[in-house]
Amino acid sequence: MLRLEKRPQPSRLWTWLTPVLAVLITMLAGGALFATLGKDPLEAIATIFWRPLFGEFAFYYRPQLLLKGAPLVLIAIGLSLGFRAGIWNIGAEGQYIVGALAGAGVGLAFYPAESWMIFPLMVLAGAVGGWAWAMIPAVLKLRFGTNEILVSLMLVYVAEQLLAAMALGLMKNPDGHGFPGSRNLRQYESAHNGELISGTGMHWGVVAAFIAVIFAHILLNRHILGYHIRLTGQAPRAARFAGVRPARLVLFCLGTSGALAGLAGLFEVAGPAGQVSIDFNVGYGFTAIIVAFLGRLHPVGILLAGLLMALTYIGGEIAQSNLGLPAAAIQIFQGMLLFFLLAVDLLTNYRIRISSREVA
Amino acid sequence: MTLSRVLTTAALALGLATTALAQDKTKVGFIYVGPIGDGGWTFEHDKGRRAVEAHFGDAVETVYRESVPEGADAERAITEMALQGADLIFSTSFGYMEPTLAVAAKFPNVKFEHATGYKTAPNVSTYSARFYEGRAVQGHIAGRMTKSNIIGYIASFPIPEVIRGINSAYIHAKKVNPDVDFKIVWAYTWFDPAKEADAATALIEQGADVILQHTDSTAPQAAAEKAGGVITFGQASDMSEYAPLPRVSSIIDNWAPYYIARTQAVIDGSWESVQTWDGIGAGMVGIGEISEAVPADIRDEALALKNAIAKGAHHPFTGPLKKQDGSDWLAAGEVADDGTLLGMNFYVEGISGQIPN
Amino acid sequence: MMLFGSIDPALLLASLMVASTPILLAALGELVVERAGVLNLGVEGMMITGAICGFAMAVNSGSPALGFVAAAAGGAGLALLFALLTQFALANQVASGLALTLFGLGLSALLGQGYVGLKPPATIRLNIPLLSDIPFLGRVLFSHDLMVYLGLVLVALVWAVLKYSRAGLILRAVGENHEAAHALGYKVVRIRVLAILFGGACAGLGGAYISLIRVPQWTEGMTAGAGWIALALVVFASWKAGRVLLGAWLFGGVTVLQLNLQAAGLAIPVEYLSMSPYLITILVLVIMARDKSRAPGSLGRVFYATQ
Repeated sequence: MLRLEKRPQPSRLWTWLTPVLAVLITMLAGGALFATLGKDPLEAIATIFWRPLFGEFAFYYRPQLLLKGAPLVLIAIGLSLGFRAGIWNIGAEGQYIVGALAGAGVGLAFYPAESWMIFPLMVLAGAVGGWAWAMIPAVLKLRFGTNEILVSLMLVYVAEQLLAAMALGLMKNPDGHGFPGSRNLRQYESAHNGELISGTGMHWGVVAAFIAVIFAHILLNRHILGYHIRLTGQAPRAARFAGVRPARLVLFCLGTSGALAGLAGLFEVAGPAGQVSIDFNVGYGFTAIIVAFLGRLHPVGILLAGLLMALTYIGGEIAQSNLGLPAAAIQIFQGMLLFFLLAVDLLTNYRIRISSREVA
Repeated sequence: MTLSRVLTTAALALGLATTALAQDKTKVGFIYVGPIGDGGWTFEHDKGRRAVEAHFGDAVETVYRESVPEGADAERAITEMALQGADLIFSTSFGYMEPTLAVAAKFPNVKFEHATGYKTAPNVSTYSARFYEGRAVQGHIAGRMTKSNIIGYIASFPIPEVIRGINSAYIHAKKVNPDVDFKIVWAYTWFDPAKEADAATALIEQGADVILQHTDSTAPQAAAEKAGGVITFGQASDMSEYAPLPRVSSIIDNWAPYYIARTQAVIDGSWESVQTWDGIGAGMVGIGEISEAVPADIRDEALALKNAIAKGAHHPFTGPLKKQDGSDWLAAGEVADDGTLLGMNFYVEGISGQIPN
Repeated sequence: MMLFGSIDPALLLASLMVASTPILLAALGELVVERAGVLNLGVEGMMITGAICGFAMAVNSGSPALGFVAAAAGGAGLALLFALLTQFALANQVASGLALTLFGLGLSALLGQGYVGLKPPATIRLNIPLLSDIPFLGRVLFSHDLMVYLGLVLVALVWAVLKYSRAGLILRAVGENHEAAHALGYKVVRIRVLAILFGGACAGLGGAYISLIRVPQWTEGMTAGAGWIALALVVFASWKAGRVLLGAWLFGGVTVLQLNLQAAGLAIPVEYLSMSPYLITILVLVIMARDKSRAPGSLGRVFYATQ
């Protein structure tokens, strides 16, 4: 009979070893999947994990990893603060959309004026937009005691409809022949979130993601607020005795994660995406939740998890066009990776013991 | 010389090397917005790709990427194909316009073809089909076949292409049946089977006995079949599994001839940037077989109309035509210019309701 | 009787019954899962897996009934993965549910590759004799396919079992406070696994209703977010079976109603109307929070049995 025994402390060794183990198991299971689809499993795995980093065109793919990973990391960092304290914002997708709309709205309002002040204003608007959208579940939670998981999730759908309304209405490009979608911000110098160093993929969103990682690290390890967050998550009752004010924590965690998601949306709409369109959001807000957990809610872990996620996206894309793997197979592969990562996490917090007696 | 310039040059060199290794095969790439199994828009583009493979055999290699989101992901998908040595890339959704142009600027030696857009470059062509020609034939059959004089129209988004289709169908239905009335439902989706089925059902319940659709799934066909006594038309693909009833005909996107011709042009070195907008005449718009559910006289009229359009003898937008608000648009005998058609944002006289904004 | 010129209320209500059935089935399953204290966000993934499993089986066997059985099995099969992750590997439920949706969408697309463009065997519509001839009500209530009635029966069943049976009591106890339930000797994990499987089977049925009856055809991603709506529905219903029915009519009804209003020639702001069910749900949450009824106490929390 197998039995679980909770470790007094999460195992340091397994914290680092489990992700590696999960990736290895995924490679085996994924390889089997690819083989049943009639593809060479070794080649498929190599294409996904090796080619984006060290293949022929790595010079192009490496910057793309940053491009794809930055919004994931930025959002996941914000979410992880709340998750640690037991505050569940799962509506980052909505905050991402509203941030993008607010930021793009400011940029489009100034069009075609050129000024260095426009982009900083857009950044501010993006952060405020995401923050405000996250304040709805926060305030409702504090005022009425509603569940923030559900309210923030509902607000994602509302934001998606708002996005459609904007792309088809208010923000529609007047010179766009009636097609939905706003002006291209990439062709509007003052509003464009371009590459800071050409060919590196570094745009302000990537910089913001790195800054967020550093700040989160400092906050959690050096600051009293970070201590309160960790304490609330581990022992809510003790936290209350230690003088933690839960209301402030809710406002801080939801607000921060909303603002960061809003920033991610703004950097995306002004940079890689370029315009407000009906299908602007591609699920970063939801994927970031997974990234936060894969990174064990640890800032550095999240950075690595975000890059790993980006790697499977980009490697998966290469496998599709090079090996003719269907997009669905890549989706399954990613799903498997997540399953295994979540499953083996067990080893970090628990010991598996073999015992002879039956336990309840 | 900026760093990106250096990288691009290096990429091009590598790209050329790859092509050379592949025994000078011409490589053609396709970027799809939906899955190839959508049974509609993407399915037909992929049929075109397979036709290219069948036509050229070993001389051409094709690659594709399905379900590519519009925006940053599209730009990467297109770049990737260019890097991998594609000589010609078709990007098959309106939302790929900006990404296609951005990538094209970095790869001057690769040819790009963007479907349904309006911006070109020296190495970027655009192509689209005059679907409204097919709508004219549908409108004619619809006007003649309806008994309730109510024709239901499932529209996707209020964009010029869709509005053109509504106008064209209405003009030709009205011509043969002055009492005809169009009920238009905007589904705000290209593809959502459940919603399309609901839209069709709503229209049928309100008296429509003909359903025209500008969305891509076969759900409205199934809804019409279930209701009985309703006729429909296939959209994008033939949808012949619903023939002879409810589906009495269809508009088929036939990209194969164009894809083969453009690939040949790249092989020959004669490729040039063009703006192609072809219709029935060039074979880009196909009219699916008119089923036996349609009486012979109506079928003959419809085929005559189709032939007249194909030969250029009849333009679906020929005056006298007024706009919905009663203002003059085209004088008698006058034909609409392509510019107006491309940006069409108004209904013609007689259609009730407003274009949502 | 006509509204706005051409809308026939009887037909409108009848199509509302059909439109609400998939989300009703899925939401009922999720309701039981959440009542057991588990939050499974993978409803969309289970629905679409059910949609393809049911479709494939119905096409191959020629029997829609077998199709629905396969759909329930498919949904439950996927749910089993979730159960293994969350109940045995003690993984986070939110992340596991999201991963399940990703996996289900991919799996269904792969399974469905050979089924695009096929027509499934037709499911017979029951015209209940005599009752279906009653004016108005006959059309609204008594001339549907069997699954619509199954959905309604399931509502009553879930309601009765949760409210009056011992099994329902235990399930609720586990959901409210798993430590206490455990201390009382209930097998928390076993009960939750069963609830999760039930939820998966219901979601699978809901998905198959879309692919076999409502649309009917198979296309990738055809559930188009219905699973997420089902999740919203459970919240809207404040975890009560009767209110799920009400909510399903509201959520299904808004789409049907707006399409009907458009067809009747009314200019309506579609996006804002589409937002309304979600805003109403939030409002309901607020009202409910002041009321006594609220979310199950242990919802979403990991259970680890200490000795």
